[in-house]
Parts: sequence; C-alpha cells; structure tokens
Amino acid sequence: MILSDGDMATIWLTLRLATTVTILLLILATPLAWWLARTHSWFKGPISAIVALPLVLPPTVLGFYLLLAMGPNGVIGQFTQALGLGTLPFTFWGLVVASMVYSMPFVVQPIQNAIEAIGNRPLEAAATLGASPMDRFFTVVLPLAKPGFMTATILGFAHTVGEFGIVLMIGGSIPNETRVVSVQIYDHVEALEYAQAHALSGVMIVFSFVVLLMLYTFQRKRKAVGMTYGR
Amino acid sequence: MADRMEEIEQATILSKGIQARFQLGFGQSAKSHFALDIDMAIPGQGITAVFGESGSGKTSLLRCIAGLEKNASGCLQVNGELWQDASVFVPTHKRSLGYVFQEASLFEHLTAMGNLHYAIKRNNQTANPELLEQVIGVMGIAGILSQLPEALSGGERQRVAIARALLSQPKLLLMDEPLASLDTARKLEILPYLERLRNSFNIPILYVSHAVDEIVRLADHAVIMEQGKVLAQGDITELFSRVDLPLGVSNEVGAILECKIVQRDKKWHLMRVAFDGGELWLPNVENNENNTQRIRVLASDVSLTLSPHTDSSILNVLSGQIAEITNDQDPAMSLVRLKVGDNYLLARLTQKSLHNMALILGKSVWIQIKSAAIVR
Repeated sequence: MILSDGDMATIWLTLRLATTVTILLLILATPLAWWLARTHSWFKGPISAIVALPLVLPPTVLGFYLLLAMGPNGVIGQFTQALGLGTLPFTFWGLVVASMVYSMPFVVQPIQNAIEAIGNRPLEAAATLGASPMDRFFTVVLPLAKPGFMTATILGFAHTVGEFGIVLMIGGSIPNETRVVSVQIYDHVEALEYAQAHALSGVMIVFSFVVLLMLYTFQRKRKAVGMTYGR
Repeated sequence: MADRMEEIEQATILSKGIQARFQLGFGQSAKSHFALDIDMAIPGQGITAVFGESGSGKTSLLRCIAGLEKNASGCLQVNGELWQDASVFVPTHKRSLGYVFQEASLFEHLTAMGNLHYAIKRNNQTANPELLEQVIGVMGIAGILSQLPEALSGGERQRVAIARALLSQPKLLLMDEPLASLDTARKLEILPYLERLRNSFNIPILYVSHAVDEIVRLADHAVIMEQGKVLAQGDITELFSRVDLPLGVSNEVGAILECKIVQRDKKWHLMRVAFDGGELWLPNVENNENNTQRIRVLASDVSLTLSPHTDSSILNVLSGQIAEITNDQDPAMSLVRLKVGDNYLLARLTQKSLHNMALILGKSVWIQIKSAAIVR
C-alpha cells in the first residue's frame, strides 16, 4: 500500500469536510436560490454578485478576510467566543464555514437555474388544485428541479474537495483537524516525498474525472427541466 | 305582487351566482398600459362564455377570479362564498375552483393518473371512486392513464387537464381557451367532451374564448369584453341578436334561437321546430338526448319581403317587425334586427334594398330564412 495511514486520514477528513459542507450548503442555498429565482427585488443584483464573488476572487483574499473575521477580534470570532466556542481558525468547523462561502455559487446557481426553468405555471396549476405553498415546494418544485439539485450536490462536493488556498489560510495543516488531501500533497512535495505525492494526486485525478463524468452523463439524460407545452 | 316575487327570486339567483368586480393595472403597475375594470354578475350554473379579442383582458379576468393576480383589487363572491373584498383575500389554494389553462400544464414528473391523484388528494372531500371513474369515462382517458404527459398528444393532455380540474370537485370551473393551442382536428376531438362535461357535471363554468363557433355550441350565457371592460353580459340568445356588439365578423353574424322539436317528417327527412315567434322546417337530425335544439340563423341567410310569397323555394317564412337598423362594415350593406315573437333575428341586406322597400323601424315584414344551422 502506497498510501500511508496519514494519507488515509487526510482522505477521510476531506470526505467528511465535503459531505458536511454540501449538506449545510443545500439547506442554506435552497431558500436563497428560490428567492433569487423568483424575486423582482432591487436586491437581486447585489446579492447575486456577492454569491458569485468566490468565482473570481483569489482564495487567498477570501481566506485573509475570513481569518480576520473569525479571529479573536473579528465579528464572527467575538460571536463564537461569546457562545463559548472559542475561535474558528485552524479548526474543522472553521474550515467548514470557509468552504461554505467558497463553494456557495456552485450550489446556488444550478438550483436557481432549475427553479427559473420551471417557471410560474406549474406552481399556479398546483395552487388551483388546492396545494399550499409548502406543499407546492415539496411536490412540484423539488421533483421538477431535481436535475438542478443533483448538479448542485455534485459540484458543491467536488469543489470543496478541490480547494487548497482557502484551507491553507484558514486551516493550516493540523492532522485529523484541518489537514485535507490537497494540503497533504503540498506537504509531501515540500518534503520531496514524490512517491506519496504521486499516489494522492492520482487518487484526486481519478476522483475528479469520475465526478465530472457522472455530472455530464446525468445532464445529457435529463436535458428537459420543467414542463413541455404541447408537442 | 308578481313583480315583487320576481325581484326576490332574482336576488336569490344572484346570491347563488357569481359576482365579480375587479380593478387591475392602475397605480402599482402604471408602467403597463393594460388596465382591467370589471363589474359582472353571472348565474351560478351552466357555461358562461367570456368573449373578446386577444388582449381584451379575458385571461386577466380569470386569473383575478382564481386569485392568481395579487395586485387586483375588488370584490368576488361565488355562490354565496366571499373570496375577495377590501379586507379579505382567500389564497388560490383555498378557493374551491378548477382552472384549465390554455396549455395543459400537467405535472411532467407525474403520470396522467398521478396528475389526477394530485387533485383528488387535495380536494378536502371524502374519497369518491365513482366520480373518478365517471370523469375518466366522460373524458375518455382510461387508456392513457399510465403515460407520462410527454408521451401524450396535445388533445389527450388537455383532456387529462380537464379531468384533473374536475377531480378537485370545484364550485367553479375556469377554462382559459382550452382549445386555442390545438389544431382544428384536435378541437373537434375535444368539443364533444366539453359538451358531455356540461351535461354530466353540475358545475358553473367560465369559458374564455374568442371563437364564436365554440361559444355558440357550448355557452348559455356570455360576457363580452373589450379593452379590459365588460361591453355586455347576458343570455347568449339575446347577445347574439344584438347589432351593436362585435360578435363575429360581418359575414358570420347570426342570431340564435332555442327551439323545441314538434314533428318529424320521415317522408321529406325534415323536422318541424317551434320557438316563440313561429315554426321552422329543418333537415331532420336524429338525437334521442333531448327534444330541444339550438339553431343559428346567419344574417346573410335571411331576406325580407313585403308580402308573403307562396311561389318561392324558401320553406321558412315568418312574420316580424323591424326593431333596429345599423350600418354594416361594408358600405353597401346594413344589418337589420327583426322582432319575431319574443325572439330576434338578424338580416344582412343591401342599403339599396332597404331604400327600395322603404324599410323603417316598426314596419311589419315577411322574413325568409334560406337555411339554419343546428348548433346543438
């Protein structure tokens, strides 16, 4: 076995981080995506821009400000300290928060697009049949937007696995706490352990390829989202 | 005394019917030039057609009634239930209504049966397997229930959509040009189902259409709209005999008569029908359902004479008086409204004949009817 126990630990930590981030993001991003898809509010533009910021900013910039905010004198830091949780930087949960910010657009945008594609009509039809707003969301929006949710899940998960810069800024490299695969590879290369770096990098390439393959196969099968009218 | 009784009766019918007053498009959305300003009262039974050109506000009116236009202010009462006024706005899902959209709008992730069950589960009434069977039978969809909507033809989708609306057991069924998105063949396929729907279920229906032939065939009552306002409302026979309404282009104008079959003549394949004002001979139609017939007499099939001709090939001659004369769109023609008993007929005549025969209001004439179409 080329992968050491330390390498395996980083893989498990990475999977744990990505799963946690994806689940929390789906819960948080769904209402946000719903609002963005249906609002005519003036705030739609600014909020969309803020959500999309991680797409263009270097991770170091995000990491830097998150570090300040979560530090002992930062807004988030003072809040977590007041709750008796200490400060978040260089902890697993600090990494979770940073990753959520960083992966947000990859989860929000597919869901938003899917909800926009459904349009108003199916919801109106459901309302005339006696479905309450909650009922409409679970029985019409969720099933019709399923392809969007699948894409959001896959992209959110994969993007969290693939991050490096923000982890380095917020998490550092603490075994079993913040040392994820990408950081471990960096440490291996720093220490000139090229064989180990090769093994982990190979795992990452295979993983990423499989994930993207899944995504594109899935998207081709379910091109049509929402309703088709007439023939 | 009799008048008083009639008034009370009228009031009871009204409280059972549908009263709607809506204003939409003023104020909040001043950017859109469209404005709806509606005041109407229609009976709480039968089919009421909402007729008007595209953009006259027919769909907006239906959406207001369904509660889908949140910005509409006004007042709505359906068979004694208050759905909207200044302080009340019952949300769409709590209004007991069915809505058939122009496009079937089925849920694509559910089969035809799944779509029907979606309605049944939410109609707040005890399960009624007989109704499901009856609706499936009337709409003729038993064979396609396991299909997904994308596998159905346009006509089938629309029939499933109508069945779905019926199964929510609504107190009011709103139909927004359900045939408009279909070609002529599909239209003819669905029309008989709509007639069966009218005969089998006792639900008041508001039927939006700009097709005169559909309205003539289906409706008992009509609301005529123009530029967001109600131009006229009333009985379909009364409205179709008026010369001041845009009911059809000039060569399609024609009055409607409700007749009873009084005699069938096997030898000549004719039947004699009677209405208040006279009798007509028509080609015999065998229908065992009822002995009432609705017939339509196009204005272009009616001519007038000053004496009763007995040497003409025209079989149907009635006597009546000239009630109204208006100009047609064509400067050579005019449209004449004739009172025949309690009913009215329309005749499209040249201005020249009008002048030559010295036809004026109140004059008694003989009315020759070349042909009449049985519409239902």
